Parts: sequence; C-alpha cells; structure tokens
Amino acid sequence: MDKTDLLTVTELQKHFPVRRGLLQRKAGAVQAVDGLDFNVRRGETLSLVGESGCGKTTTGRLLTRLLEPTGGKIVFEGKDITHVSRGAMRPLRKDIQMVFQDPYSSLNPRHTVGTIVGAPFRLQNVQTPNGIKKAVQDLLELVGLNPEHYNRYPHEFSGGQRQRIGIARTLALRPKLIVADEPVSALDVSIQAQVINLLEDLQEELDLTYVMIAHDLSIVRHVSDRVAVMYLGKIVEIGNAEQLYAKPRHPYTVALMSAVPIPDPSRRTNRARIRLTGDVPSPLNPPPACRFHTRCWKAQEICRTQEPPLAELVPGQQVACHFPENTTASTGAA
Amino acid sequence: MDTKAEEDWGSGDSFVDVRPRPGEAEYYDSAPKPSSSFLELRDLRVHFPTDDGLVRSADGLSFTLERGRTLGIVGESGSGKSVTSLAIMGLHKQGTAKITGEIWLDGEELVAASAERVRELRGKKMAMIFQDPLSALHPYYTIGTQIIEAYRIHNKVSKAVARKHAIEMLDRVGIPQPSSRVDDYPHQFSGGMRQRAMIAMALSCDPELLIADEPTTALDVTVQAQILDLIRDLQQEFNSAVIIITHDLGVVAELADNIMVMYAGRTAEYGPVDDIFNRPQHPYTWGLLGSMPRLDKERADRLLPIMGTPPSLINVPSGCPFHPRCNYAKLTGGLSTDEVPKLRSVDGDHSVACHLTAEQRLHAWETDIKPNL
Amino acid sequence: MITFIIRRLFAAVLMLLVVSMVTFAVFFLVPRLAGQTTDQLAAQYVGKNPSPTQIHAMEVKLGLDAPLYVQYGRFLKGIVAGQTFNDGPDVSVCPAPCFGYSFKNQEPVWPQMLSALPVTGSLAIGAAIIWVVFGVGIGVLSALRRGTVFDRAAMTVALAGVSLPVFFTALLSLAIFRDTIPLFPDAGTFIPFSQDPLRWAGALVLPWVTLAFLYAALYARLTRAGMLDTMNEDFIRTARAKGLVERRVVVKHGLRATLTPIVTIFGLDLGLLIGGAVLTETAFSLPGLGRFAVNAINNKDLPEILGVTMLAGFFVVMANLIVDILYAVIDPRVRY
Repeated sequence: MDKTDLLTVTELQKHFPVRRGLLQRKAGAVQAVDGLDFNVRRGETLSLVGESGCGKTTTGRLLTRLLEPTGGKIVFEGKDITHVSRGAMRPLRKDIQMVFQDPYSSLNPRHTVGTIVGAPFRLQNVQTPNGIKKAVQDLLELVGLNPEHYNRYPHEFSGGQRQRIGIARTLALRPKLIVADEPVSALDVSIQAQVINLLEDLQEELDLTYVMIAHDLSIVRHVSDRVAVMYLGKIVEIGNAEQLYAKPRHPYTVALMSAVPIPDPSRRTNRARIRLTGDVPSPLNPPPACRFHTRCWKAQEICRTQEPPLAELVPGQQVACHFPENTTASTGAA
Repeated sequence: MDTKAEEDWGSGDSFVDVRPRPGEAEYYDSAPKPSSSFLELRDLRVHFPTDDGLVRSADGLSFTLERGRTLGIVGESGSGKSVTSLAIMGLHKQGTAKITGEIWLDGEELVAASAERVRELRGKKMAMIFQDPLSALHPYYTIGTQIIEAYRIHNKVSKAVARKHAIEMLDRVGIPQPSSRVDDYPHQFSGGMRQRAMIAMALSCDPELLIADEPTTALDVTVQAQILDLIRDLQQEFNSAVIIITHDLGVVAELADNIMVMYAGRTAEYGPVDDIFNRPQHPYTWGLLGSMPRLDKERADRLLPIMGTPPSLINVPSGCPFHPRCNYAKLTGGLSTDEVPKLRSVDGDHSVACHLTAEQRLHAWETDIKPNL
Repeated sequence: MITFIIRRLFAAVLMLLVVSMVTFAVFFLVPRLAGQTTDQLAAQYVGKNPSPTQIHAMEVKLGLDAPLYVQYGRFLKGIVAGQTFNDGPDVSVCPAPCFGYSFKNQEPVWPQMLSALPVTGSLAIGAAIIWVVFGVGIGVLSALRRGTVFDRAAMTVALAGVSLPVFFTALLSLAIFRDTIPLFPDAGTFIPFSQDPLRWAGALVLPWVTLAFLYAALYARLTRAGMLDTMNEDFIRTARAKGLVERRVVVKHGLRATLTPIVTIFGLDLGLLIGGAVLTETAFSLPGLGRFAVNAINNKDLPEILGVTMLAGFFVVMANLIVDILYAVIDPRVRY
C-alpha cells in the first residue's frame, strides 16, 4: 500500500434493501454503490462526479462512516474503518469531516454561530490553549467572516456566508480529510467562486485532503487533481484531472463533457454534441454487464454480457470500457 | 443607506413610490404608443410593499423580443428575473404587487388590461415552464388530466379529442409510449421526462411566447442538454418567441439570440449574444464571466469572484446598484454613488448601464479582464 | 392495493385484540386490586340481599372462579359466538356478540348498547355534516380573504368555539332556544326517527349545533392553515399560468390538495365521536352511548364499561383503517 495514501477503498458496496409484499420481504435492493476501488492521496483533491443516481453522495456518506457499507473495505491511515462501531469511530471523526450541500438546512437555526462552530471542541473534549471562544473566532476569521459575529444566528447570514460557517465548523478540529458534498451548488455563481477560492486557500494553508462530490464539471476540473466519473454505482473512469478532461476515454465521460453548455456562442453550430437518449436507469435494476450499454452508441454484444474491468490504459488513467474512446475531447481544451 | 433618495422620496414604507429615481429616464407619455415588436417591455417596475420596506424587484426594465427569437435573461438570485417573467404572465397577486410601465404583447398592452383579459391570454398566447417540475405539477392528477385541462381551457373540444392531443404532445416532446404514460402521475416520471411533460403542457395550446424559468437547473447535465435541444427544436417548429431565464451563462450561450443581464432589478447590460460574450461592457458581466471556471479554456489558477454579496431588493444601493462590489466605481468620480446609470447604446443593439466612459471600459477590459478570461 | 388493504385489516384485527386484552385485564384486575373477592364480585350480579347459595350459583354461572385467561377466552368466544350460562336448571343464552350482563339491571349489555347506538349515530353524523360544511367552508373563505375583516372575525369566532366548553354552550342554548324562545321544545329528549322524523330533527338541532360549533371551529382553523400553505405551492402557480379561472384553481387544485389531511382527521374524529359524545349527550339528556358510558362508570358497572369500551374501540380502529385506505386512494404518491 502506497505510504502517501490517506484513504484506500476496496470493492466498496452499499445496497439498500427494498421491502414489499404482505410480510415486507426483501424484494430487491437499490444498488447505490456497487464495487468501488480507489485511493485518496495525502494533500490531493479527488472529485467524484456523476449524475443523479450514480451513488456519489452515498459514497461520501460511506467514507465518513455516516453509513455502514454492505460490502468492501475502507482503510483510513492504515486502519480498517469499514465496520467499526459508532463509539470506535468517534475519535476518528476528528480526522474525517464533511461539508454539506445545503447551507440553509445544515446549520441548526436555533444555535448561534459560536455554538455551531464551537460544538466540535465540546463534543470531542478538545482543550484549546485560549478557550473555545477564541478558537471559534480564529476559525471565523480563517474563513473570511467577522469574528464579532460570534453571537449571531444563521438566518442573519447569506447563503455564501452560511457555507463558510459550515466550513469553519468542519475545520475546527483540523481534520486530515474533508469530504465536501456539493459544497457550492446551492450558491450563486459569484459566491461559488469565493467559496471555491476559500477551499483552495485552506487546502494549501492547512495541508488538507479533499474528496469533492459534485455534478458541475467545470468546477470539478478547476479544483481537482484527480477525478472519478461514476455511473449507476460504479466508477467508469478515474484518473488525473487534466488528462481526463483533455482525453476522456469512457463514452459516458465523453457524453457528459459534450453535454455541458459552454459559455461561447460561436461554438453553437460546430460543436460535436453527443446526445444521450433517455434517462439514467434506476439503481434498483441496473443493466447487466456494462451498466452504460443501454445508452451507449457503441454498445456491442460483449457489453451486454461481460462487465468491463477498470483497467489502466494509460499511466494515471483507468477506464472500464470494452471500446474506449481515444480521440481528442470535443471540449477542445486549449 | 439610500440617504439621497430617502431625502427626496421619503422612506417608502407607508406609501408606494413608483416615480423614477434621480437620474432616470423620465417617461411621462400621455397616451402609450402601441409597440411594433411582438413583445416589448417599457420601463416595467414591479414593487412589493412589505412591512420591512419596499421591495423593488424590477425597477425600470425595457426590452423587445420578436417571434422566432430567444431572449436570455441572466441574473443571480435576487436579481428580479423571475419576478419580471411572472409580471409578463400576469401572475402577481393584485394586492401584493404594484406594477407600472407597459408590457406590449402582439399589439396589446397588458399592465393596464383587465385581469380577466390577461387570464385569457395565459396558456394560449403565452405560456410558462418552471424550474422544478415535481412541485410545479399537481401530485394528485395524472399528466394526461393536467394537459387535457390546459388544452380545454382555450379549446372547446371533447375530452376524447383533448386526450388525443395530449398524447400527440407527449410524443412530440419525446416521451416514449405516450399513450400509456399519459395516465401516469407526475411522481412516476423521472426528472427529465417530467420537464418534457411540463413543456408538452405549456405548448399544448400553441402559445406564441414561451417563458422558461430556469428550466434545467434541477436536471442532470445530460438531461439538460436534451431539454435545451428540445426547446430549440420546438421554437423553430412553432416560430415562438422564447424567454429563457437562468443564471447559467453556458445555457444562454447555447440558446439565446439576445441577452439581458440583470442586477438588483435593473438591466446592467443588454445585447446580442456574441456582443455580450466577446465584448462585454458591464463590470458585473465581467465578474460573472470571470467567476466561472471554463471547460473550453486553460485551467485558471484562481477564479475571479465578485466581492461581496448581491444586495437586498429593499435596500438597493444608491446610484448604480452594483457600485459597492465594483472595482471601477471610484473611476467615475462619485457618479456611481449618486446617479443611477441610464441604459445607453454602445454599438447598435448592445447597450449598457454604466457610468464608466468607453475609454475607461476598454482600458479595464484590455488590461484586467480579457487576459484572465 | 389488495395486499395493502389485507395488511391493514390484519393490523386492525390485531389492534382490536390488543384493546380487548387490555380492557379485559383491567376489568379483571380492578375489583381484585380493590380487595374484592370472587364472592363479592358475584354478589353484585345477584341483586339485593344475595344469599350465599345465590352468590355461589352466580359465581359458577359466570365462571368468575376461573383464571384470567380462561375468562378472557370465554369472553372472546362470547363476542364471536355467544355464551350460554348454566346454573343448574336455569340456562340463559346470551347471543353473539355477548358482552355479559349489567350489574345493575341484570340485562345483557349488548342490546342496551344497540339501542343507544342510533342516538349517538344521529347526533354524530348530523353534527359532522354541519361542521364539515361550515368549518371547511369558512376555513377556505378565510384563507382566500386573508387579513380581511371576514377572516379576522371568523378566526375570532373560531377561537371562541374552541375555547367554550361544550356543556356551557349546551346549557346556554337550551336556556335560550328551548326555555326562553321555544324554538326547539323537544331539545333535551330524543325522538326516534321512525317515530317522527320532524321532531327527531327538531330535538337534535341544538345538540347538533353545539357539537358542530366546537368541531367547526377546529376545522376552520385547520382548513385555513392548510389552504394558505397549499395556495403557495408551485402547482397552483402552474394552474394559473395555464389560464385557469381562479375559482377552478381554488377548488380543483387548491382544495383537493388541502382536503386530504382534513379528510383523514375527519374520519378519526367521527370514529371517536360515535364511540360516545359524552358531554353533549349528558347536557342534552340524550340516551346515547356516551351517557351509557357515564352511567356505567358512575354505577361501577364493569360489564357495561367493558362493553362500551370495546365498542368505542372498535369504531376507532375501523375509522383508522378506513382513513388509511382512503389516504392511499386519494394521494397517488402513497406507496402501498
């Protein structure tokens, strides 16, 4: 195992049982996450990207052990945390923290900002050199908020500021790994940039490792070192961000990138757009073998019968496809 | 905050003040002249008197739109873009909103028209689709029932005929097996299909104006692409005028012919899509373009956010509403804080509401903005 | 859907069994906890000055010496198939459903309850119709005319309705409309429908209004709140955007969505009420189940108490069942 790996995930699986019928028997399972293999290196930003139903949010919750996996293994700093009890997990929560998507519902409206950001200290019984209040004020300053606003309530802040409060809370115990679940999608465009910059600055200043979960491909490209593209509970492509965006190899990745609207009107007519038909299939009943074959324009017989393994085609990039693309991406990165 | 205006007009919380503020175009025409465009807004103001003050959601908007063309209204939350579209449709409650100005639709003025007349036009001449199709469709009625209802309001036909039409519409928007899906409930559709169903419902009476309020924000990116393609195809087929409201500059670049950038209830910049993207004139537009990471360009080292937060529509900053967040406000020698900038033409249809001189703007564009975009 | 109904039916039957068990256990334990012996218990059934032989005979007849579960078993069997009480030459048959015999008047409990049922039924259903029409109607109008004089007045009256005790309103209405201005001279009695429909209604008007006043007030507030919420929903805006007339928007789109929780609450309220509108029946001297229950309690007549509890429980459980199924029928999103 690579010494610089902070987190290693092997065949991670999470199935949610579906019960039906008179006796509420298990009729099937939502295969939210179905066999993920990846690692997160210290100090890097790995992004999980995909559309609804791909399992990225579930993965985020599995990594922070808010959910317990139904299969596979999660190893954090050499420790197997896959099935540890809640009590055993508690001290580890100093090291693994989460930033949530909705700044409006992830802060308790009845608590002051000081209480919210100071809670981690109290919960983990961490002693601070100059008292919790001072520590909280330092954190507020760190995220660009006025430390004088210690006694204000969340509703007195804007969405962007609330997200900063959430980030301050996350940083309280100086975690090693932060899982950020769509940290900016609920924010206005101009505020998104502020928060993205903040996250990047903090990463440098505090030597943080990020797992970023997002659906906005442009933002993902900007912040990530490595990117994992997910589809229906599986990773279809994972690799170095620049490489992946320049030459996406999985057909789904290609389609995804070509679907993103580019703010350049001159590209309207001459853009090679791949139009995927239909909607994402349900994770209750994913297609057999290659899960993407129902929407893939290259699907052949083998795609319907044999699941393609995640294979390293070029150094630093793994793809799960029988007929990967090798052309230059239609996004035309300069 | 707004001391000068307060001096002149009072604090505004007990009476509704819709007179133009200092520095704005005086629009005191006695008899409004009908518009020659298909859709024209003249100095539209939508104000909401509340206990906390007067909310100036739309504060002097003017634009035109022809059949077969698309206008993209771009703005962030609190810019007043949704309020504007609801005003066109006449969907504001009579008591709560004070609307002044003119809305001309195919030669008919709507602000002064009776509520009943506007209701007749809704669905038939102008239709709207909303951001979240799950909450925008009634959960207890099937899609078919809702489309049939929409059709039969404006067409005296039997239920059977309306049902046939509903199935045709569902087919037209690309829903597979429309004759069976017409009896499904909204929650039985996936997000993309639901939005298609809503489009089918909106277009069932062949409206000449379609307003799409953030139609793809709640959808996955591959589905978004399908919906945008669909809107474009349908527009070409029906030759409708389309207004697309969004915060996503990529979306307007795909669809719009003209763009109106809104800030704090006003137009910051207006013009053809190429002009807006290649020669933007307003610092706010620069800020929007700079704060977005781009897939088609080199990876930027750092994003260039706009400092501060969008203003509350109750306490709109004096003068130019963008001045507290503008890096160039000081260059105008006090104009930005004192005087509301008028929308002035820069080049043909391209106009901007900004106090910076053309030279100042060019300089800023060349030195600061363009190299970083 | 069928499996859903079957599952709910099973749950309902199970619930009824639990109610019967708990009630019976209490019925069994209470006299024993009060220190009564089986003899004393049997004595209550015999009447005045019981002799020891009579007491003993009654004991055997009613099986009071048997252990709890045996007695419970017999009780259940009695409800389903009737019971035969054997004390030598005297055999009394208590047909199904058998709830035993009243202490006070030795009469079987079930027929007494059966005769009280139409009274309570007339009262409850009549009042229900009035309170739904007025309560929901006023609630809707208040919501649509929010903030106006009508709204404020209606909600103030509703507050009164909710705050004034039923017996107060009852006695007041009797004093005014029966005694002072004899509009309803029959109030305070019950005239069976079969006997004279007009007088039946006349006697019930005051009780109906009294009971309905309370519930209408509650429903007005509930409906108003629900309506205000619903009218802010996105699908209402869509309905208007289609060009629907406002009336249709309110009724077909707004009301339909608001009424769903109201319907379910109504089912539960009615179910509870049919088990006995105690205060109203007492105030108006109506011989319904409520008054029956009160009298039974006053007389410590355990079999009657057990009987009325079981019957009321039955209505509540049934109401719950119907309400559950109704909800699944009305709201297509409910998974079953």
